[in-house]
Amino acid sequence: MEYMVNIPIHLLMIAIFPPLLLGVINRTKAFFAGRNGAPTLQPYHDIIRLWQKGSVFSPTTSVIFRAGPVLTIAAIVAAALMMPLGNHPAPISFNGDMILFAYLLGLARFFTIAAALDTGSSFEGMGGAREATFACLAEPALFFSLVVLARISRSISLTGMLNDFPPTIWFGSGAALLLMVGALFILLLAENCRIPFDDPNTHLELTMIHEVMVLDHSGPALAAILYGASLKLLLFGALFIHITVPFRSGSFLLDWCAFTGAMILLAIIVGVVESTMARLKLTRVPQLLIAACILSAFAMLLVMRQTS
Amino acid sequence: MISPLILIVTATLTASVAGLPLLISPVRGERTSCGIMLAASLLGITGALQALLSVGSERWLISWGLPFGPAEIGIDPLSAIFLILIFLVSACCSIYARGYLPASENRDTAPKLSTFFGILTGSLAGIVIARHAVLFLMVWEIMAIACYLAITIESRKKEVREAGLLYLITAHFGTLALFVYFSKIHSLTGSFSFPESGTLSGSSEAAAAIFIAALIGFGLKAGIMPLHIWLPSAHANAPSHLSAMMSGVLIKMGIYGIIRTVSLFSSIPFWWGVTILLLGVISGVIGVIFAIAQHDIKRLLAYHSIENIGIILMGIGVCLMGVSNNIPALVVLGMAGALLHTLNHAIFKSLLFLGAGAIIHACGSREIDQMGGLIKKIPLTALFFLVGAVAICGLPPLNGFVSEWLIYIGLFKGMLDADTLNDPYFALAAPALALIGALAAACFVKVFGIAFLGSPRSDAAAEAHDTPLSMKLPMGILAGFCILIGLFPQGIAPLLQITAASIFPVAAGAALISESASLGVLSAVSALLMILIGVAALLYKNRLSKSPVKASETWGCGYLAPTARMQYTSSSFAAILNSLFSSLLRPHTKDPDINGYFPKNQSFRSHTPEALLEKVYLPLFDNANSRLSLFRKLQHGKLHLYILYIVVTLISLLAWSHFRMRG
Repeated sequence: MEYMVNIPIHLLMIAIFPPLLLGVINRTKAFFAGRNGAPTLQPYHDIIRLWQKGSVFSPTTSVIFRAGPVLTIAAIVAAALMMPLGNHPAPISFNGDMILFAYLLGLARFFTIAAALDTGSSFEGMGGAREATFACLAEPALFFSLVVLARISRSISLTGMLNDFPPTIWFGSGAALLLMVGALFILLLAENCRIPFDDPNTHLELTMIHEVMVLDHSGPALAAILYGASLKLLLFGALFIHITVPFRSGSFLLDWCAFTGAMILLAIIVGVVESTMARLKLTRVPQLLIAACILSAFAMLLVMRQTS
Repeated sequence: MISPLILIVTATLTASVAGLPLLISPVRGERTSCGIMLAASLLGITGALQALLSVGSERWLISWGLPFGPAEIGIDPLSAIFLILIFLVSACCSIYARGYLPASENRDTAPKLSTFFGILTGSLAGIVIARHAVLFLMVWEIMAIACYLAITIESRKKEVREAGLLYLITAHFGTLALFVYFSKIHSLTGSFSFPESGTLSGSSEAAAAIFIAALIGFGLKAGIMPLHIWLPSAHANAPSHLSAMMSGVLIKMGIYGIIRTVSLFSSIPFWWGVTILLLGVISGVIGVIFAIAQHDIKRLLAYHSIENIGIILMGIGVCLMGVSNNIPALVVLGMAGALLHTLNHAIFKSLLFLGAGAIIHACGSREIDQMGGLIKKIPLTALFFLVGAVAICGLPPLNGFVSEWLIYIGLFKGMLDADTLNDPYFALAAPALALIGALAAACFVKVFGIAFLGSPRSDAAAEAHDTPLSMKLPMGILAGFCILIGLFPQGIAPLLQITAASIFPVAAGAALISESASLGVLSAVSALLMILIGVAALLYKNRLSKSPVKASETWGCGYLAPTARMQYTSSSFAAILNSLFSSLLRPHTKDPDINGYFPKNQSFRSHTPEALLEKVYLPLFDNANSRLSLFRKLQHGKLHLYILYIVVTLISLLAWSHFRMRG
């Protein structure tokens, strides 16, 4: 019964909730800057308006440029079906789904970069090269964390690892978890192109990554990209929140509300980080990502020692 | 019903003579040659499938009057899997050759190449059915020499001759290790026939010597880092369909040898599995890092072969660690992953090499930075290349993901099941595989993006001409297999299970991989992904048809006269990764020297050579050369004196054995 209700809620959640996170982040940043800022629901307006707009295509581009956003959004949505949300099992869960999850995001990245290179602009080539490079450094950190989670939960699926994450684990393996949470937060910021890795606001600077890759996309394609980016934030946020807020009330409605609240809180924290930090020099980005790898690798070593 | 071995022997012999009609009649024989090759492949694949499905193994004794005992050939599931990939790839390559190197335009090279190609195919099939050391070494040598002759077909070019020579030297070094290998086996069993699988003990010192000799001998052929030095230049300089055959099939003979070797033993020491897993991680990570730095498309693909050999070795490592810890699930997952990746790599890498050949055919250069915008000139080739590129990155929903998936599940399960014993290896290998995957994706998005997308970077690329059907067809077939295996992995799983169980009997007790690795669910999620892509594409298309669509130049940051030369190049795309790994790669760069307000025209060049060859092996051999110059007097080119050496050696050996028997 509960399962039957949870699937529609899960689907609704991935369909409707993600742009709100962007709104909350922007609102927080406006607050720190002493501005009123755009309404919290502005990203929804943006997406709807872009969806209705016309498109501009460069004659340099080919079918890849049009296929890019389509494949990207499909891959991210497929990945979203495997990530448990709100302390409930994901609609699709099986042994090894965390690998498929990571690789679906890889597929999305592949086609985002390919579409960027299709424009023939050096600017977008730059963004693509950076995205590809930083992904190489982020991927091992994610997998070290997955190894830690697999060891702790003795399960090899995302639902098994994250759902019912018992709070008591924090007493047993607190040190390891703390290191891993640090790594995951760095990953969350890097994968979603937030400060200190990337600045989602100023896409006209030579140091940008994600924004510059999608510079030539317009209209409905841009709407899809914007929504896809916010959905990815939700997915990484869910991974983070299930570990840091491992409480479960028993009532499924309360759990969903708690999850939503925690996600909004996370968005506020991201907003605070963005407001109080400067973006890193580009040459420092790899160092921070390697630090995330090392943190999660240490977490893995600690967990290994403990249980064997 | 004809016995599978008859079919396979017929196919092997037929393939070996497939080039003859072309040699006799340089133009009219082309169709016949290709037809014979296809017939041989059909026979061979039928025989191999029959052998796999009947799950039997068969052995024939052939008395040949040599003093090593009767020669033996045989077929079992392991041989059958390798036969399938040999005949599949060779059939595709021989169709491709008709468009790539038509005999009417290449009267001197095409007949020779197709003759050597036929002999190469026959000898490859011979290797996997040989069950006798001397026979094995003979076909192994025929393979090495046929391949050398085929690589150096354009022997007028200096770099081709050099690449061929390097290949020949390393091939013979490998054969030397195999002599040691077989004589060690002979000293254990007293026979030159291969022992039955699972009959040798793995714990003896002789077993360790056999294992190490196999790693060197077969590792040189497979291109395991650091024994890979011949691979990049040979693959780059050979004709493209031969590169496909080498990368897809020839280097797999090394993998075959390693699997065959470990199957001979009843127990596997733990360090064997760890060594192979570690070699796999090293080959995988360093191979792909070198690949990213390349700007010659075929050299780049060659380094990816090293990477994929690494992934295959990781699978074998998981399997061996499963055998020594007695965990059947790991044995099956590791071996099935390794075998499937071997087959998959044969498919997508030959597809990519054939695609690279089509690009070279279209715009006449191997330099990625001379290409660009080719998707508009050769759209079908671009599509097939894209399928190959996504598959080799191990991205879903194509075949590369399935085999990496099996290895991942093996690693994760190993970490959970074997935790009291030896887990750090499993747990450390999983992130390494993830790193390999991400680096491969960076590399292939670069190749595809720079070569096929954007605007043409040279006149040749702007005027690229279309690919003939005979070249598109084999690429289409291979791309079809990439998609088929990716979407329906459960179809091939039983064959892998049978093979794994035939190699290590302990695997027979394991659960079905379709279930332990949830291949059915994986297939369903892949189908769901396809549906989602379809829905998104329809929605987007519908939206585009209802809203205004305008064409306008790519935004040039306000610069009014952008040119194609301002695009990102392959070296600029790889620049950050190259600088991160520069201590490993040792690139040669020539930096521009810009000073003053009006600097002159400047140029930048960078090239990443084979660092290990240049920095380690060549200095080592130069040193050896100067120190051992005394012995060079023995080698003077006078044939009659060489024969004298042989006679003297034989007589002294006879004398030695005579005295030993007396004493």
